[in-house]
Amino acid sequence: MQFVKDVKADATADLVHRVCPMHLLEPVDLIKDLRQGQVLEILTDYDGALDDIPAWCVKNGQEFLGIEEDEDEEVFKLYIRKLH
Amino acid sequence: MRQVYLDHAAATPVRREVLEAMLPYFRERWGNPSAVYDLGAEIKDVLDAQREQVAQLIGAQGDEVVFTSSGAEANNLAIKGAALANLKKGRHLVVSGIEHHSVLNSARFLEKFHDFEVTFLPVDKYGLVDPERLRKVLSPATVLVSIQHASNEIGTIQNIVDLAAICHDQGVLFHTDAVATAGQTPIDVQGMGVDLLTISGPALGGPKGVGAMYFRRRLRLVPQIHGGIQENGRRGGTENVPGIVGLGRAAALAREELEEKARHLAALRDPLVAGIKERVPGVIHTGHPVNRLPGHASFCVEGIEGEALLFMLSPAGIYANTGSACASKALKTSPVLCALGIRPDLAQGSIVFTFSRDNTVEDGQYVLEHLPKAVERLRSFSPVWRKKMAAAAGGGR
Repeated sequence: MQFVKDVKADATADLVHRVCPMHLLEPVDLIKDLRQGQVLEILTDYDGALDDIPAWCVKNGQEFLGIEEDEDEEVFKLYIRKLH
Repeated sequence: MRQVYLDHAAATPVRREVLEAMLPYFRERWGNPSAVYDLGAEIKDVLDAQREQVAQLIGAQGDEVVFTSSGAEANNLAIKGAALANLKKGRHLVVSGIEHHSVLNSARFLEKFHDFEVTFLPVDKYGLVDPERLRKVLSPATVLVSIQHASNEIGTIQNIVDLAAICHDQGVLFHTDAVATAGQTPIDVQGMGVDLLTISGPALGGPKGVGAMYFRRRLRLVPQIHGGIQENGRRGGTENVPGIVGLGRAAALAREELEEKARHLAALRDPLVAGIKERVPGVIHTGHPVNRLPGHASFCVEGIEGEALLFMLSPAGIYANTGSACASKALKTSPVLCALGIRPDLAQGSIVFTFSRDNTVEDGQYVLEHLPKAVERLRSFSPVWRKKMAAAAGGGR
């Protein structure tokens, strides 16, 4: 797992407390509205997203930048750069 | 026999236009909105269109609306969902003492099972929450304040703008139960500054079994019905599609008719209030005299019991209520009326009339023909009233 810090995002999908598989469905919608090179931030408390999001990026040809764990908030922040 | 139904806050008929909109979704368009094939996907679009209709009624965006099974469920989701999503901030809630049971009992649930501290705010003699009193009870641990937009029992409309502003100054979320006001008075979630708001289908002339909750975008909520990804993962359970279509149509009609309806209801209410005050001695008009629901008239009649009065009016085809729909059955004395400082014996004589757009001026006149006689008859065998009269007569000698 690659960790990142202070990534600047162009859009955020806040999926905290929202059930699986919302962590896959809503980012797919949001990334459509981004331009190539822009970054999507995904906030989630679902640990399954730590596997699912990087796997989704590989499958769909997007770049998974990494994860930032906000210990204070108990929320995972995952970052995707739109490649196409 | 003539029937005059004046209990529309408790239940009101589904409007014909609403029923007609709903019917195709039982037999012809019955797909599951979560399905990926066309039959389901087109229903998801229908649901989103209803979301827009509800949003437009309250000045919100469609993606800020969650459909529920009732106003009570929406209150549960708003209060428990927002409180549990913000445990890091604290465990203090504030509600007014005259809220609906779905608000009061959600707060008590959090108190009992999640160690929340709940402040129950008192109200003045009109049922209004004092904004300064609210300011004083807020603390850094306060997560959420819930104060109703209006009371179905006394008709008083709260000054939500001021109350919500105080909460926002201190970073506290604000919820309002607008079941009584939606479709009766204008609602603008932006202008009011609320973070969460509850509406109910049947209160709008829609079907029972459906409600909706507004939540400000990006506000986190812990789901209270755990299930699948319905309602974008915020409320599990296959959507009540016909009911939601009915709610959407009712919301659209309510928006179109709001001003005209409010004028019509006030024109029915005012002569009834004036007539009762004039023709029935020993009666008080409860709630705020001006800031109140347009179709709502509530009284306490001295020396009688409200339930007995309902029984006396029923053979004449007049149907009213003695308070909120559920409280009147279970409780002798209304906690709302007690919170206003009304004496328990007087509070027992509570009667509430709520009009709809289908009522007429003649309906009010019919009540004025029968109500004074019914009160007089009940008082003729009321020991409380006889004692009062005897004392008054003795005092006059």
